Amino acid sequence: MKILVGYKRVVDYNVRIQVKPDGSGVVTDGVKLSANPFDDIALEEALRLREKGVAEEVIVVGIGPADLTAHLRNGLAMGANRAIHVVASDTVQPLTAARVFLKLIEKEQPGLVILGKQAIDDDANQTGQMLAALWDRPQATFASKVEIANGKATVTREVDAGLEVIEAELPAVITTDLRLNEPRFIKLPDIMKAKSKPIDTIEFGTLGVEAHDHLKTTHYAAPAKRSKGVMVKDAAELVAALKQKGLL
Amino acid sequence: MSKILVIAEHLGGKLNSSTARAVSAAIAVKGEAIDVLVLADSADAIAAEAAKIEGVSRVLTVARSENAHALAAVLAPQIAKAAAGYSHVFVPSTTFGKDVAPRVAALLGVAQVSDVMSVEGAHTFKRPIYAGNAIITVEADPAHAVVATIRSASWPAAASGAASAPVEALAIDASLPTHTRFVELKQGASNRPDLQSASKVVSGGRGVGSKENFDIIFKFADKIGAAVGASRAAVDAGYVPSDLQVGQTGKIIAPELYMAIGISGAIQHLTGIKDAGTIVAINKDGEAPIFEVADFGLVGDLFKLIPELEAALG
Repeated sequence: MKILVGYKRVVDYNVRIQVKPDGSGVVTDGVKLSANPFDDIALEEALRLREKGVAEEVIVVGIGPADLTAHLRNGLAMGANRAIHVVASDTVQPLTAARVFLKLIEKEQPGLVILGKQAIDDDANQTGQMLAALWDRPQATFASKVEIANGKATVTREVDAGLEVIEAELPAVITTDLRLNEPRFIKLPDIMKAKSKPIDTIEFGTLGVEAHDHLKTTHYAAPAKRSKGVMVKDAAELVAALKQKGLL
Repeated sequence: MSKILVIAEHLGGKLNSSTARAVSAAIAVKGEAIDVLVLADSADAIAAEAAKIEGVSRVLTVARSENAHALAAVLAPQIAKAAAGYSHVFVPSTTFGKDVAPRVAALLGVAQVSDVMSVEGAHTFKRPIYAGNAIITVEADPAHAVVATIRSASWPAAASGAASAPVEALAIDASLPTHTRFVELKQGASNRPDLQSASKVVSGGRGVGSKENFDIIFKFADKIGAAVGASRAAVDAGYVPSDLQVGQTGKIIAPELYMAIGISGAIQHLTGIKDAGTIVAINKDGEAPIFEVADFGLVGDLFKLIPELEAALG
């Protein structure tokens, strides 16, 4: 079985995002970029399934500009067998990303597609579900445990009410939640090894995917700030203050 | 004019308050009709609750045994069919809505607006990105239906009680897949208020130190009638189950009172609470970022301060 893994590059988790003063975007020049944390978890899960003998090949997929290659090399260094780079000048919206993945699925015929539940830049939380719809296959979103056996995935999902377990016949789409696993660190020899692993390059324009533009972002703003409050000296003063506001 | 279809969220035969919050967002669109769609195995009791929400024009029900559990692959084809003739489909931005809405959008071939915080016009919305560190204004193409998830914490629940919208059964001709099956839902048994809709929430973080120590948080929450939440660090450390996590990737909440105890206040956590009415921070580190957003801060050892708070409450 092949596993396709979405591997998006985003502004690093620890960067404090600044909105440009003219509201045209956020400052991304010179900021550190990293793999979307949920995608690292997706890749780790795929690698573990390969190590268990459930899968033979793990393919990382990135959609983005020419310089995305270095990022995909990290995915290869982590352990993916090969990478597919769909070269697109702009970031694509989730529906377009899902359509790109569908094209790759038609070519690669994977048994499983694992994506992060959301990217921490646009926080959209859509691509996996959209892909499953277009592919007409099961989706198991927000996974915290995955077991593959007898042609199906048994997935524990983190939902608002607790933990839900569902069964999905393969092929299927799984999206990862935080506690699915802890991604491994990349070791230096692996970085060397990754240099000889293949990266297929596909021009976005050759896929026959209509770039979707139903949503236009017209303005970026910094969030309303909460003003700093007061420090109280002890428990009694806190209780009195909250009682005065009618909160206790 | 806009016609809005709101997808009801329910569990155990009860309507979730996220539905009435999504109705509030629908009201803000100022359309001509707001219909609520209930997909369930047995829809009557849920529909009766939905019919009482003010602003609702009609409640539509699809009662099928396949709808006993909210499986996105099963619900989405029915919602996509029901959406014909509507300009907007609104779904609560809970794990239910986040799971099903994009599947509906893809079936309709349209983009989705996630986590709508405000409605600026029938096709113009504000939503957070980068864990709420930026708020964007997005315009959806009026030539297509708008599928959106509604950020519950940004919207009060539409009033309920006086209204009585008509309830109509809807016949939907959609073939439903059997490739996805519900196995079980493991719910923490709790008599405490629901974290997502509680007016008071007490949360503990890494500073609480252990699963056993978390009892002090539960006890204090019970004393003041609050729901219990936790930071990601506390969940990752195994102190409490994941459904208590508050933050960017957990629950986004807006209680009247939020008490963060032993929580340093990572940006991802603050994202989940910034719409709270009053934030109280208790932390032994006076430099913790949580104090930057707290209305009331108290520096000290939580194991000493919580008993003192309980004593002061009388």
